[in-house]
Amino acid sequence: MATKKLAFVVRSLPYKTEASRLALTHAISSQTVEIYLNDGDLVEASVSYVSDGVFNVLKNQQGGKYYGITTNEGHAKNTLLLDLRVLICKEDLDKFGLTEGNIVIDAEEIGGDTKANIVPYSEILKEMETADHLLFC
Amino acid sequence: MGKLTIGTFSSLVGSLSLDFSVKLAEAAVKKGHTVDFWMSGNATMLAKKGQKAFKDYSFLSKTIQELIATGNFKITACEACAEARGYHKEDCPDGFLRKSMDWYLASTFEADRVLHIGGD
Repeated sequence: MATKKLAFVVRSLPYKTEASRLALTHAISSQTVEIYLNDGDLVEASVSYVSDGVFNVLKNQQGGKYYGITTNEGHAKNTLLLDLRVLICKEDLDKFGLTEGNIVIDAEEIGGDTKANIVPYSEILKEMETADHLLFC
Repeated sequence: MGKLTIGTFSSLVGSLSLDFSVKLAEAAVKKGHTVDFWMSGNATMLAKKGQKAFKDYSFLSKTIQELIATGNFKITACEACAEARGYHKEDCPDGFLRKSMDWYLASTFEADRVLHIGGD
């Protein structure tokens, strides 16, 4: 029995490329990974938003209206619904003038209990240091 | 010898990140390591039959087939990413697998190193 920690570090803008969306969908897929593993083994994913990546958690995204696709906001909420550990870099939010009010911090409306954590970059570094593998997207 | 899991999102031809990923896999296999190679997003373009070699464009099919033949290289495309681009099961070259994203995460479980490359 073992658990491997994967840290997805989202640093790309949403919609410009698919990278940040894929980070979120891959992290979410950690929920079904057991079908490939031995009993008791787990892969645990966390998601950290840094640099331009913090724009992925902006509220009121209009991906459906303009592109006919799901929003990264929706995926961000799903990570919280699934109780993934979510970290958002405080310095980068400050840099772009974003506050807790502008971003997805919980997923209460879809039944999620877990909240995202706005943390200094030093905390995100700690998350990366404790992960078995890092995935920059 | 170790196990390497390489994941890439980058497209064939449009970026050289995919070429780099394949070259890295080739170097690792030549050293005796095993490699799981995962393609998501635009990288699934590599999982399409019938690619032709032109001098101006990347052509990775021959290298990939040689790697598969070693028995130490497993190449898998994200099924949803491929289907979204119109690459169906029948379009998949011999030896390629198609799986859901959790296959990639499962592959990292026993990997000694995970390299996630590209993201265009």
